[in-house]
Amino acid sequence: MKIKDVSIIGYGAYVPIFRIKDSEIARVWGRDPKRVPVNEKSVPGYDEDSLTMAVEATLNALKRSNISPDIIGAILVGSESPPYAVKPSATVIAEVLGVSRIVAVDMEFACRAGTTAMQNVIGMVGSGMIEAGIAIGTDTAQGRPGDELEYTAAAGAASYIISKSGNDDIARFEGSFSYVTDTPDFWRREGERFPRHGYRFTGEPAYFHHIYSAAKGLMDELGLKPQDFAHVVFHQPNVKFPTRMAKQLGFNKEQLKYGLLSGYIGNTYAAASLIGLANVLDNAKVGDRILVVSFGSGAGSDAFSIIVEDGILSKRDLAPKVFDYISRKKYIDYSIYSKFRRNIVM
Amino acid sequence: MNTFINSVPRSWRERKYKYRLIGGICKKCNATFYPYRGSCPYCGSDDIEEVNLPKKGRLISYTIIYSPPSEFRLKQPYIVGLIELEDGTRIIAQITDVDVNEVKDGIEVEAVFRRYREQGADGIIEYGIKFRPISD
Ligand SMILES: [Zn+2]
Repeated sequence: MKIKDVSIIGYGAYVPIFRIKDSEIARVWGRDPKRVPVNEKSVPGYDEDSLTMAVEATLNALKRSNISPDIIGAILVGSESPPYAVKPSATVIAEVLGVSRIVAVDMEFACRAGTTAMQNVIGMVGSGMIEAGIAIGTDTAQGRPGDELEYTAAAGAASYIISKSGNDDIARFEGSFSYVTDTPDFWRREGERFPRHGYRFTGEPAYFHHIYSAAKGLMDELGLKPQDFAHVVFHQPNVKFPTRMAKQLGFNKEQLKYGLLSGYIGNTYAAASLIGLANVLDNAKVGDRILVVSFGSGAGSDAFSIIVEDGILSKRDLAPKVFDYISRKKYIDYSIYSKFRRNIVM
Repeated sequence: MNTFINSVPRSWRERKYKYRLIGGICKKCNATFYPYRGSCPYCGSDDIEEVNLPKKGRLISYTIIYSPPSEFRLKQPYIVGLIELEDGTRIIAQITDVDVNEVKDGIEVEAVFRRYREQGADGIIEYGIKFRPISD
């Protein structure tokens, strides 16, 4: 999918202040504390959810955009952990911004929903339906206590303000490509609190196959090779998968450096690739080309090619950076974690 | 004032003020207050306009709630503070992201959008402004 004259004019991220070390989770469940998927993961406070995190990320994005919310025509929220089963988050965010005459809707596609929101806003801006729109990926993911997912399921949000290209752009979209199949690697049935997953099924036929296909598809369509990109961001359920994916596609460690944050904050699901992109934008040079590829179970990937523009220089410092959030942290133990995650039955 | 009544219409009426930290300014005595209401708590005048209050301030005093109403039980202990905003407006709000043994009078705080309370497990979730310490 070619994209013409659509740019990022604002971006913002958010990561909660609380962290739990994987070694602390391993202690509770009798697992070797050295054989864990990430060092530590972010934990939402008792009064946080995917909606409150989306608000802070979006307010950060607006600070960088230098626009009045009045020109916003759409707010699309991608999440698999909305606070309500029925009642949208997008309308609350619109109310916080004070805008009503807009398209506002929540979207769900496991960890891919944030990039799918981005793709939809690009389409609405590109077609001229709206002047600018907001795409958000946000999640407070839960793993069943003791399950493998508990070591990585984390919380975070990222928000992007997307507009017609102008002269104050942070980055411009070059193209996008999606790839989907019906793959039952991870699911949660209606009314169930915790998801289930297909263990080994989550690797080759799910994560690797979809990201590989979307990345290849986009590069073929645009006539680009791995060495044309300064940075690459993949969905990051752990550290191992994106590292292996990069190698398999022909990217080196340097290209992956800024986009891989799961070792610090865990898997932020629908926010994961978009927080990775935010950290790349915090550090990139004007002219850098970035490849972003999400993955959502069920299953599908969205790939984007993005080129950094010179608006980044004046806008980067207008809001907290990803590492401002990553470095401000408070460690909690498993008891407080259980209380925050409402896993204590009263 | 915070009136803890499980009312959907009340939370709906208050949403704009709670989400965006909108207070009132009295055109007669010039006082500012939060949340917005139609009459001045200082002089009783009805000549009130809405005002966007500053998002930063200082914690003047606080109290720690150890025995909250049952719906807040999983939250205990939590902190309720008196905050003086940069323009001098004083407001009462919950203080978040800080331990009860780390909170101190005089710390700089900033507004954040958080879950305020829930009207039971199947009820409305009320959102609003709390304050957290400014880290630096
Ligand atoms: Zn008055």
